[in-house]
Amino acid sequence: MSAAYFDQIFVLFTKWVESFLPVFWQPIIGVVLGAVAIVCVYPALFALAVLMERKGLGRMQNRYGPNRVGPWGLFQPVADGIKALTKEDVVPFNADGVVHFLAPVVIVVMVFMALAVLPMGRNMQLVDMDSGLLYFFAMGAAIELAIFMAGWSSRNKYSLLGAMRAIAQMVSYELILLLSALVVVMISGSLSLVKIVEAQASYSGIFPHWYVFTPWGLVAFVFFVIASTAETNRSPFDLPEGESEIVAGYFTEYSGFKFALFFLGEYVEMFGVAGLGTTLFLGGWAAPLSFLGVIPSWIWFFLKVELWICFFIWLRGTLPRLRQDQLMNFAWKFCLPVTLINIFVTALWRFMGEGWARWVACTLILAVVYAVMGRVGMARGKVAPRSYRYAE
Amino acid sequence: MLGEGIIKGLMETARNFAGSYVSKDRLTTVQYPEERCAPAEAARVFPFLVYDGTEWLAGMRCVACQICEKECPPKCIYIDKSADKKPDAVGKPQNYPTRFDIDVSVCMSCQICVEVCPFEAIKMDTHFEMATDDRFGGLLLDREKLAKPNEYYHKIHPTEANEVDTRLAEERAAAAAKAKAAAEAAAAKVAAAKTATPAAPATAPATATPAAPPAAEPPVSGGGA
Repeated sequence: MSAAYFDQIFVLFTKWVESFLPVFWQPIIGVVLGAVAIVCVYPALFALAVLMERKGLGRMQNRYGPNRVGPWGLFQPVADGIKALTKEDVVPFNADGVVHFLAPVVIVVMVFMALAVLPMGRNMQLVDMDSGLLYFFAMGAAIELAIFMAGWSSRNKYSLLGAMRAIAQMVSYELILLLSALVVVMISGSLSLVKIVEAQASYSGIFPHWYVFTPWGLVAFVFFVIASTAETNRSPFDLPEGESEIVAGYFTEYSGFKFALFFLGEYVEMFGVAGLGTTLFLGGWAAPLSFLGVIPSWIWFFLKVELWICFFIWLRGTLPRLRQDQLMNFAWKFCLPVTLINIFVTALWRFMGEGWARWVACTLILAVVYAVMGRVGMARGKVAPRSYRYAE
Repeated sequence: MLGEGIIKGLMETARNFAGSYVSKDRLTTVQYPEERCAPAEAARVFPFLVYDGTEWLAGMRCVACQICEKECPPKCIYIDKSADKKPDAVGKPQNYPTRFDIDVSVCMSCQICVEVCPFEAIKMDTHFEMATDDRFGGLLLDREKLAKPNEYYHKIHPTEANEVDTRLAEERAAAAAKAKAAAEAAAAKVAAAKTATPAAPATAPATATPAAPPAAEPPVSGGGA
């Protein structure tokens, strides 16, 4: 009883607040409460993630991270926030003022809107949309627009280069992200994220039915992770903001709080994508083992998201930045064919019916495809010595 | 197979991550204000003036020859020569600086003053925590602030200081031997003169330099030991 109570504590709280209001206002206030909760919780998580990233990266590079502000550097995000707020807001003289101002606003609005459909616990989603997945990707695509707005309006070559890179990268990897999410829709038969989680929230014995534990699910999960890293412009796909090449990419010309907004947008997008990936492949708010269901569902969701973020940080501490041609080759010659074949394999899985035969068949096909595409797709073409027509 | 390298790399960073919590070899950071490492022997920051003994003014090796002032590339040394003289380490009467200022906000730590000093009087310090809120007066070090004992020099640059001390002792011994020889020659001359004329004693102190005997005595015994 009490476990179920804590599981639903936020839902019950909203209901309790609504009970004081006339019927007309109830849904509106309920949504406002949920939105306020999202707008409060995710920036807090953002502060935590930034600190975790700086400390974790530090440890991976054999140094302490920030450890001066407060105990163990815990108040570093506060100091950073105050710094960002008190900094001068510089707008380039030639910049397109309105667009330059709107870009950080748009990015933050879009990432927060995308969070509305994520089920962050049992019955804990702001909107249960029938096509939640589609909505999420639509919001994700709008982020590209914001990034291009920032790069274009700055009237700066580095910003524009960063924006161009961002668009090229995001368009390429958006495809992989969508195609790898598609297999989940094929199996669960729904675009609603709530239904997708519910489809995974059952157990055989103590083990859950997460999609990541199937051959096609694992492959889709791996490519979803790769594509989501690229979508959020994180290392090794951080070409759009490659510090060593183009200053800060599309937000070179942003300072003070607008810069902080881009930073916030980027991290909340990370949370969004991680939350979506968790929902699609890792059972969303469902507990990893059946008897762990006593722990509230929202704890599981945020735990999984945090784990995902930790993995992003780990990746960032490990991999160097790709080159633009490597990035494109990887997307179009390796990821895209494998995800496309994965769709066929999923169909095969769907129509082979229950039994061990489909496990063997699907695993074999995918392993062979992975190995072959790894050799063929990622093979280095013969590169002639570079010739310069005009420079020599 | 594709992806192997990434797994290897991830394992490596994971090892570093975990290792930094248990192994001091991995986490080599020295958290400066609380922890600090001893400065390297060859470290140098700004010059200081060496003095012998306990009295900084009496023992100061500097003779205000002003070579360092002239050689200093950014011209950050200001010296005023004294009118009177006092005996130096080897007992010769020398001038001393009535003012010896180094503007460390100008100094570029080139060590040229140390290279040119013939009296081993100016050396490089390793003390670097000199922050001050007074950027003019606070960074203009006078001779009292610059004067540091020879023991301090031994502490910060032991090898170099021993070398310098040996050289100075040799010089003193040579000077003492020379003075002794001169004194003996003078004594012989006096003795010879005494036998010839009894008026000779008036010339004997004049040849042996007026202020030398009292200051020259200790080095003689030191050189002998």
